[in-house]
Amino acid sequence: MQVNHSYWQLFKAVYSKDVTLAFRQRAEIVNPLLFFLIVITLFPLAIGPEPGLLARMAPGIIWVAALLSTMLGLDKLFRDDYHDGSLEQMIASPYPLSLCVLAKVFAHWTITGLPMVLMAPMFALLMNLESQALGATILTLLIGTPLLSFIGAIGAGLTVGLQKGGILMSLLVLPLYIPVLIFATSAIDSSSMSLAYGGQLAILGAMLAVACIAAPLAISSALRVSVS
Amino acid sequence: MVDYRPILRTENTNLLEVKSVTCVKQERCLFEALSFTLGSGKIMQIEGPNGAGKTSLLRILSGFAQPEEGEVLFEQRSINDYYDEFAAELLFIGHKTGVNTQLTAFENVCHWLRVHGYNDESQVYDLLGKLGLVGLEDVPVRTLSAGQQRRVALVRLWLNSAKLWILDEPFTALDKKGVAMLQCRFNEHLEQGGSILLTTHQDLTQHFEQLQTLVLEYRH
Amino acid sequence: MWKWLHPYAKADRAYQLCNTLLPYFAVITVVCLVVGWVWGLAFAPADYQQKDSYRIIFIHVPSAILSMGAYSSMAIAAIVALVWQLRNAELAVIAIAPVGAAMTAIALITGAAWGKPMWGAWWVWDARLTSELILLFLYLGVLSLYHAFEDKKAAGKAACILAIVGVINLPIIHFSVEWWNTLHQGATITKFDTSAIDPSMLWPLFINIAGFAGFVGVISLIRLKNEILQREKHRPWVRSLVSRG
Repeated sequence: MQVNHSYWQLFKAVYSKDVTLAFRQRAEIVNPLLFFLIVITLFPLAIGPEPGLLARMAPGIIWVAALLSTMLGLDKLFRDDYHDGSLEQMIASPYPLSLCVLAKVFAHWTITGLPMVLMAPMFALLMNLESQALGATILTLLIGTPLLSFIGAIGAGLTVGLQKGGILMSLLVLPLYIPVLIFATSAIDSSSMSLAYGGQLAILGAMLAVACIAAPLAISSALRVSVS
Repeated sequence: MVDYRPILRTENTNLLEVKSVTCVKQERCLFEALSFTLGSGKIMQIEGPNGAGKTSLLRILSGFAQPEEGEVLFEQRSINDYYDEFAAELLFIGHKTGVNTQLTAFENVCHWLRVHGYNDESQVYDLLGKLGLVGLEDVPVRTLSAGQQRRVALVRLWLNSAKLWILDEPFTALDKKGVAMLQCRFNEHLEQGGSILLTTHQDLTQHFEQLQTLVLEYRH
Repeated sequence: MWKWLHPYAKADRAYQLCNTLLPYFAVITVVCLVVGWVWGLAFAPADYQQKDSYRIIFIHVPSAILSMGAYSSMAIAAIVALVWQLRNAELAVIAIAPVGAAMTAIALITGAAWGKPMWGAWWVWDARLTSELILLFLYLGVLSLYHAFEDKKAAGKAACILAIVGVINLPIIHFSVEWWNTLHQGATITKFDTSAIDPSMLWPLFINIAGFAGFVGVISLIRLKNEILQREKHRPWVRSLVSRG
């Protein structure tokens, strides 16, 4: 057999497998989105439909809903691979495990994060968010959701071998999401008050850059522990 | 830790060397100070009752689990320090075969090839047919029988250039014809200088001249 | 580094080290806590504004400092455990975690109790209190992850990874909460300015911090000894230890 090592080929293979699987069971893409929508619907019902109040709370509500719906898909991120032995095959491949992990995280973002970014205008509309805040909402979701996928995947990797890992994973991951939540909501807040929000976006971007490098290492060592 | 010993790569040396490996699981010592070597072109069968630690041993030898004590050398180098090089020469098929049941047989095999750096997919259809999966290449694996699912994983044996095969119960769920085909493929691999480590409850003594056996006892 | 650490990779040597260190920590704890508390609670002058209620700082501040200190020592132990593959360092992580969590809880409770007379509310979303609360969540995460694994070897490694991830995030969380707080509330909450504190209050505070540090050390060492014995209970050296009484 001819051996030809190409990192790009590996990335494509792992990424396309996960995305293909998600498209075969569409529920995987649709359910987190529906959940996102329902959570957002609950807030006006709970606190009253007054437009000013909703607009003030919108950044927080949108982002808390985004955090929660990201968690839904995370539980499944490594679980199937763990149970059918694909994870072992990935470890026993000549490629670094962190690269496989990077591809899987990116696939997770495509499945759960990207649809949220695309649906953002609708959520902003539902929450009576000022139109000038729409750009900030989309931008923070665009930078913030991959960050959520990276951080969440660490928790998913640590708990994949456990019987009831799901709740524990949210316990581990949600505190780590706090900085993302703070900077993202504050960016949207600033923009709805017509203030500059480049600083918050820059910090989110810096966090994403660090996560891109550090998280795959943490995730792959977590997976090695879970498999052993 | 860095291994400072000179790297000797002479012909006919031991491919795999296990040095006083101890495995403790759930406070039970499965085996202690286990040492053996496996040369090129050799096949070793690991026997023992259920719970004796056969699978645990294979997982340590594949580098998935760490032994409590001792080390495993592949071509004189510790597998943990040179894992990626070792992985390039390793084919591992465990209880959990790494076959995704939502994907088709063809997709499964191609995905495995890509993840392991092989890019020749021309033989996949032929081989699936040879293994008795004619007409089933493009249906989701979950619709296949247990034996057929295992065959999807075992196609890899025909599609790799690894020196060392570590197989956990490869004959499970296979019919007689499948078992015979597998043994035939094992012999080819051994003739090419490869080595095989496997667990099975079948008697293999008639099929392989150079069969080594390692018996693990159940310890309390 | 390796040469210095290597002898303590052996469990019995680590156990002996714990035994040697324990009396020193115990003496520091007892002396400092007795002196510090008596001085701080009985003899230090009352604050001109907060009267006697300020005296809770002699518990609140040391426990808050130690909650952070314990987390960093836990993370250092975790890095040592993963980089040099030292099982004893893994055990140290597990030994420190509940002690640190307890310190965090004490800091939170005393903070709330102090908040009632000062701010008129049990809980205020003050930056320091909020960071402390998140720190408690991080501790609880490490602990519950460790206890969720049946295989304690994997449990130790997983807890180490989480502790390291946590320590990288901790400054970011702290900074973001600090920033969030100034953004939302301005500087309405009077912060306790340490540099303005009178020396007659500062000295007992330092002594109390030393006492709390000693206390964390004592409990962690005792827990580490237990963890080592628990793991090594089948080894000859533990058996001989037990038979000696």
